[in-house]
Amino acid sequence: MKVHDVLGRRDYALISKLIPSGSRVLDLGCGDGALLAFLKETKGVDARGIELRPEMVQAAIARGVSVYQGDLEGSLSEYPDKAFDYVLLSQTVQETRRPLMVLTEMLRIGSHAIIAFPNFGHWRVRVSHLTSGRAPKTHLFPHAWHASPNIHFLTVLDFEELAREQDWLVERRLFLSGSRRVTRFPNLRAEIAVYSLKSK
Amino acid sequence: MISELKTVCFNELPLDNGETLREVDVAYETYGVLNDRKSNAILIVHAFTGDAHAAGVDHDGAPGWWSSMIGPGKAFDTDRYYVICSNVLGGCRGTTGPSSIDPATGKPYGMSFPVITVGDMVRLQHLLIESLGISQLLAVSGGSMGGMQALEWAVSFPDSIYACIPIATTGRHTAQQIAFNEVGRQAIVADPDFQSGSYYDSKPPARGLAVARMVGHITYMSDASMREKFGRRLRGREEFSYGFDVDFEVESYLRYRGSQFVGRFDANSYLYITKAMDYFDLTAGYVSLGASLERARCRFLVISFTSDWLYPSYQSLEIVNALRSRNHDVTYCELTSNYGHDAFLVDVAEQTGIVRGFLARCERELEAAK
Repeated sequence: MKVHDVLGRRDYALISKLIPSGSRVLDLGCGDGALLAFLKETKGVDARGIELRPEMVQAAIARGVSVYQGDLEGSLSEYPDKAFDYVLLSQTVQETRRPLMVLTEMLRIGSHAIIAFPNFGHWRVRVSHLTSGRAPKTHLFPHAWHASPNIHFLTVLDFEELAREQDWLVERRLFLSGSRRVTRFPNLRAEIAVYSLKSK
Repeated sequence: MISELKTVCFNELPLDNGETLREVDVAYETYGVLNDRKSNAILIVHAFTGDAHAAGVDHDGAPGWWSSMIGPGKAFDTDRYYVICSNVLGGCRGTTGPSSIDPATGKPYGMSFPVITVGDMVRLQHLLIESLGISQLLAVSGGSMGGMQALEWAVSFPDSIYACIPIATTGRHTAQQIAFNEVGRQAIVADPDFQSGSYYDSKPPARGLAVARMVGHITYMSDASMREKFGRRLRGREEFSYGFDVDFEVESYLRYRGSQFVGRFDANSYLYITKAMDYFDLTAGYVSLGASLERARCRFLVISFTSDWLYPSYQSLEIVNALRSRNHDVTYCELTSNYGHDAFLVDVAEQTGIVRGFLARCERELEAAK
């Protein structure tokens, strides 16, 4: 389950709120380019994306988004420093093989990085694991252990700790359960966490 | 839609080798209507043995070489865009080349024709575009050598193009590409009828030219497409001939394509144009491909094909990564096809969708910028 699958087009509105008009935006794993097309239309951003799956790349190009077909972990090093105002990773940090490298590169090539991820610390995940004694399965993490695209499981606390260690400046943090904002006990109650980061 | 071949003559063309070519004809066709602001023109640049007849049908009823991509409702939609295609410098289909009459002598140039480059071809196209009153093309697009010309446009005339669509191409010819061209050239030169290129009063080096074309054809296909098209099927026989006549379908096909080519292409043009491709190197004079492409101002759509081993995807990726390293706006897509290098001509369904979407976007952005 990905962020977008949970929030539908609501994650567009959320991310859109964090991005000023006219920004240069790079979306990592941009899929069919729907978010970028939305940002271009509503915010007049310079919209670019990276996507690996050919049919998605073609769909994105057909809707007028500038896309590079490539594997995102192997594609970031080509971009010069601060090539973008915002670099988005709205779907897939838990699926990357080297998440820290990806996050560090995002902050090298972008002035800001926006990351959204499903929170593995949510109480339902904890209950599932505790009561079943198996790899947790919830509507957020619906896959059998061998079929899951998720290879790194992180929680809100884990991410906070990494941000401190890496000395990233957290500009905004938004927590969501379904479409409701969560403010208290986010690591227990948030299904989705959205961070806007900047290097100090 | 009957396509009319038009010709315009330019007094002189300065060349990269330092010489100046005089009285240069350019043969070209146009499709669609140029709008009042002259902002909807697209230049299509052809591959090695192509010509100006890119779309529609000519007076003999023959379709253009990219009719599948250019026409009403197609990728290069002639209901929206004014599409121009000219025969390249050095060609033999109406534009000045080695088979043309040298105004200084009244005889065909033959090997006295100056050695030309892709840069020269593009400089001549730029004269054509200016003569049509167009200051900026919406796009320049082509596959193979057409892609090289499109890239050359992007760096040589950065203010004259808004978008560049190089397909199945490279930023510089590699040893393998030069090698195949050299085999073709040597086949021509080794033909006794070649006579140092002065064969216009006698018979052309047909055998050499046909062999050159046979080699070329192999490089345009793929292992998979040849297996699918010919396999080991025998041609018109049940058993081997145990001789050197045609046994296999593939032999028959190559011989047919070779002999057919001789009727429409000039051997000297083959030498000059392949040499121009071999000289093509965008990095020449620059520290890197990125430094060279820094001159470009346009947005790019780069397309490659999975089974193309003549201009493999890694060469398109070199261009794309060089552009990304300079933060240029570049879209890249590798399309799946079994057709090898020929894919850009024959496998057009997916290509159509992305070219159409990219052009529509460029049109919108150009509108908004004005």
